[in-house]
Parts: sequence; C-alpha cells; structure tokens
Amino acid sequence: MTGLTFRKRAEPEERLDLSPLTPSRLAGLAEKEIAALGIGTSRMGLRVGDVFDVVAGDAAAIRFEGGSPRFDRIGEAMAGGEIIVEGDAGARLGRMLAGGRITVTGSAGAHAGSAMTGGVIAIAGDAGDRLGGPLAGEMMGLKGGTITVGGDAGARAGDRMRRGVIFIRGNAGEDLASRMIAGTVVVGGRAAATPGRLMKRGTLFLCGGAERFASTFVDNGPADLIILKVMADAFAKGEVGEVPFDGRPMRRLGGDTAVLGLGEVFLPL
Amino acid sequence: MPDLSETMVINGVAIDDGFAEAFPMAGTAIQITAVNEKWALEAARSMTGFATSVIACGCEGGIDKALSPAETRDGRPGVRVLFFSFDAGGLEKQVTTRLGQCILTSPTSACYADLESETKIDLGSAIRYFADGWQISKKFEGRHFWRMPVMEGEFLCEAQTGVTTDGVGGGNLLLMARTTAQALAASEAAIAAMRKVPDVIMPFPGGIVRSGSKVGGKYKGMMASTNDAYCPTLKGVTKSELTAEIGSVLEIVIDGLSARAVADAMRVGVKAVTDLGPEEGALRIGAGNYGGNLGPHHFHLKDLLP
Repeated sequence: MTGLTFRKRAEPEERLDLSPLTPSRLAGLAEKEIAALGIGTSRMGLRVGDVFDVVAGDAAAIRFEGGSPRFDRIGEAMAGGEIIVEGDAGARLGRMLAGGRITVTGSAGAHAGSAMTGGVIAIAGDAGDRLGGPLAGEMMGLKGGTITVGGDAGARAGDRMRRGVIFIRGNAGEDLASRMIAGTVVVGGRAAATPGRLMKRGTLFLCGGAERFASTFVDNGPADLIILKVMADAFAKGEVGEVPFDGRPMRRLGGDTAVLGLGEVFLPL
Repeated sequence: MPDLSETMVINGVAIDDGFAEAFPMAGTAIQITAVNEKWALEAARSMTGFATSVIACGCEGGIDKALSPAETRDGRPGVRVLFFSFDAGGLEKQVTTRLGQCILTSPTSACYADLESETKIDLGSAIRYFADGWQISKKFEGRHFWRMPVMEGEFLCEAQTGVTTDGVGGGNLLLMARTTAQALAASEAAIAAMRKVPDVIMPFPGGIVRSGSKVGGKYKGMMASTNDAYCPTLKGVTKSELTAEIGSVLEIVIDGLSARAVADAMRVGVKAVTDLGPEEGALRIGAGNYGGNLGPHHFHLKDLLP
C-alpha cells in the first residue's frame, strides 16, 4: 500500500497548523474525515480539503507533495512512521518528535526538532533559528534523536539541548549550542559569534572553525582521542552520515567555565 | 576396569561411548582494543587471568579470538574475550571488577560490547566514577559510551554489554595417552583446532587441565577433589576408568555462548586428536559426566565423530 499523500493545490494565504496530520492521528480515518480536519490559524477556518488534494494511503507513510514555509508544526509529537515533505516546511517541524522519521527536501523554519526526544529529522536545505531549541519558558531543547541539516542553520541551534545529535553540514548561526546541557553538535562549516556560550556539558565539532570563543573557554591543546574515530565511524554508518572529521587528532577547548565547564569543543588542528 | 566393548576406534584412537555433561551459564562477550595487538593481548590476558573455574574464581573467562582492525569498533587491533558465570549478577560483578583493574589500567586500551542481547550488564556504567566527576557520557547512533580522563589520555568504554543465558559451561574432552608428552601433544592439537571455533573459550591454562575434578571429596567442605578414577597412579587402588596402558590424562574444558558452539568445538577437538593418532598423541578419548542427572546438556561423543 502506498502512503497517504497531501497534494498542495496552491500556496495558502495564512500559516497552517499541520500538527493533526501525523500517522497516529490519521490512522483509521477515511479520506473525507481527513479532508475535514481543521488546519487553519485564522478566522477563515481552513480545513485540509481546502488546501490539499488528499490521496488515500497508508497513514504510516505521509507525503506532502509541495511544501511551504507556512506549513507549521509538521510531525508534532509523532511517535513513529514517516513524513516526507517535498519542498519547504514552516516553524516547529518535528517538535516533540518521539520516533519515526521526517524528511524535508527544502528548508525548515524556526524551532525544528524543538524538545524532540527521539527519531530523525533530515532537512536537505537550511534550518531556521533555534534548531532543536526550547520554546520560551522551557528548560530543555533537544532531548534525543538526530537532526541533520544539509545547508546552514540559524541562530542558537542546540540551545539548551540535553541529549541527541545535530549535524549541520553548512554554517551555524550566532551562538550555536548556547546553554547546552549535553549532547553532540557537528558543524561542517563555520560557527558565528560565540558558540557554546554557557554550555555545561556536551560536545561541539566545529570543523570550519568559529568566529570567536568566550574568554571562559580554555585550550586543552591537541587531543588524539579514540572517541573521535568511534564517533565518525558510527555516524557514517548511521543516521547522521559522513561527517567532516575522521578520528585524526583535533584541538580541544574545554568550557564554558563560566558555568559547569565540562563541555568541549573540537576544532581542526 | 571400564567396559570398552562399545568403543569406536578412529585412526587407532579409541572413543568412549560416553558423554560430556554441561550446565547452563550466563555468558557475555566484550571487545578489547589497543594501539597494537601486543597491548590488546596484554589487557585481555590480564583480564582473563584467574578465571579458570567458576567454583573458585567467580567466573570462567578466556580469549575467544584476536580481531583485525577491520573487525573492531575503533579500527585498531583487538581481542574478543568471553566470560561465564552462574547468573547475570555474578557475571557483572566479575566483569566490572576485572574491567576496572585490568582494562582501564592497561595502556591505550578501549572496551566495547560484543554481544547483542535484550539483557545487559554494566561495563563503563559501573566504573565511570573512577573519573571522579570528570566522566563524559556520550550517546549516539543507539549506543552509549563513557569517556574517562586518565593520566595517559582518555579511557573509552561502552556503557553496557549483552548477556545470554543460553551459555553452556562444562563441555569437556578427556584425552588419555601412554605418556604425559603424548597427552600434551594431543591436547595441544585439539586446542589449536578448537580455538578456531567462534563463541567458545577453553578457560584453563593454555586451554588444558591436568587436574580434572569430581564433585565433593572425603574432607568436609571440599566442593571438588581429584578425579581419582582418571589418575594413572591410582589404578588398582580406586575404581579406575583407565586401562593398563594409559599413563597420563589431560582434560579440555569448553564454555560457549551456545550449546551448538560447544558441540562444534568438541567435534573439531576430537578430529584433531584422531588425526594425530595414538603414536604421537592419545590412545583414547573420553568425556566427563556426573551420571547425566545434574546438567541438562549432554554432548555424546558418538554424535561428534569426524
């Protein structure tokens, strides 16, 4: 059986809340019932059928044929199954994702993977601000799972992340991994401003270097550690994919000593 | 005198119509790597030292095989070691104690799980406090590691490894020869062949036991005592299992992660001994048992003939 498909008719005139369109919430619903679900965020009261042609199929594999930066909250709290977005996604993509996989062929808006606890988000293009970060008032951002970004990420990716892996193939915006609690962030390009500011624990790989570091980071010098090889190999064979480090020694910074100081930043020698 | 009327003879070596009686054990496997094979072996030998018999050592352990860099988790030379004990709790206590004293301490070593199972025992999770608060937990791609700063650099250890309760301990072969030199030659030939079988260890020194035991003894508190029925010097004064021409007996004990692995090891061991023949090696192959009422695994020699 093929997947359940939402074919975009035209660009919506308002932002949409697509959080009802997850495998568990659509399982067992008929085509008409799905088309009647409300997804609008204004007084217009838009329903699924107003924006998409619905092609019935297995709800465990959902496909959006045509994306939009206005498609918010795709895959929210999804626990299993797969969502593919052919195009862009809006804000809060995969927020609170617990399992399954979300693939976006374009770019995603702010707060992608926010508070996610498991599963995989793969964004082929760029990611907006606070990738994997918490919403205002929340104590933790990413709590598990894997996020990969093929392009660049906006400001404060990995803010307050507690666990999991973020791989940004391109450049990272200002203050990557600010207030990081633990976890791993790999950046293929360069990190802007002061990455790792107030990080307690956690590991940053900044393969293209950084604009600068807070003065509360200390240089440990070259580090020839087995974990670098083990991580690179595991990533290459797993969800993260090939990363721009391979187990050769890297320069290690410790910090942020303004807080707990048990975090680390790896840079090319 | 034993009844040898049912004995088979292959290449001049007599094979008893008997069986080895073996027991269920909890087993685990770990991978030890180091900068080169020498140091991987140093660590592995140290960790598997004094692990010959679960009765007195708390566990039985040994080297399963050497691993090429292509076979290890970090691309360095390594060694796969197996440990067995009565239950998962006892196994964890032994493995983690040995891990902390023998692998953590060994230069350039790292340690990884090498058995997938739903049931786990701690590795790094048990010894991480040695790092005194500086330990680093890393979870990625479904695996969990502990990194511990040490004077040399950093010790990397996987958090847990799998445990199987399908392990089998106590598979054995008794190799009976005219002389000690011939018994040793037969045993060494068997061990060389059996070490090529995966998922088994022969936990005694060099894989060979010169002092096989029976359960209990005449003295109070003895859990095991010399197997007088197979002692050549006691022929005539005890109920001996040896014929007049047998002058020395050596035993090979086999533990495996499965009954099939133990059977495979015994099979290649029997073949190696029969290939060697009675002039250079053993006159007769037997197996130890307790009458068949204690252990659920019976490895009949007639089912393991080459």
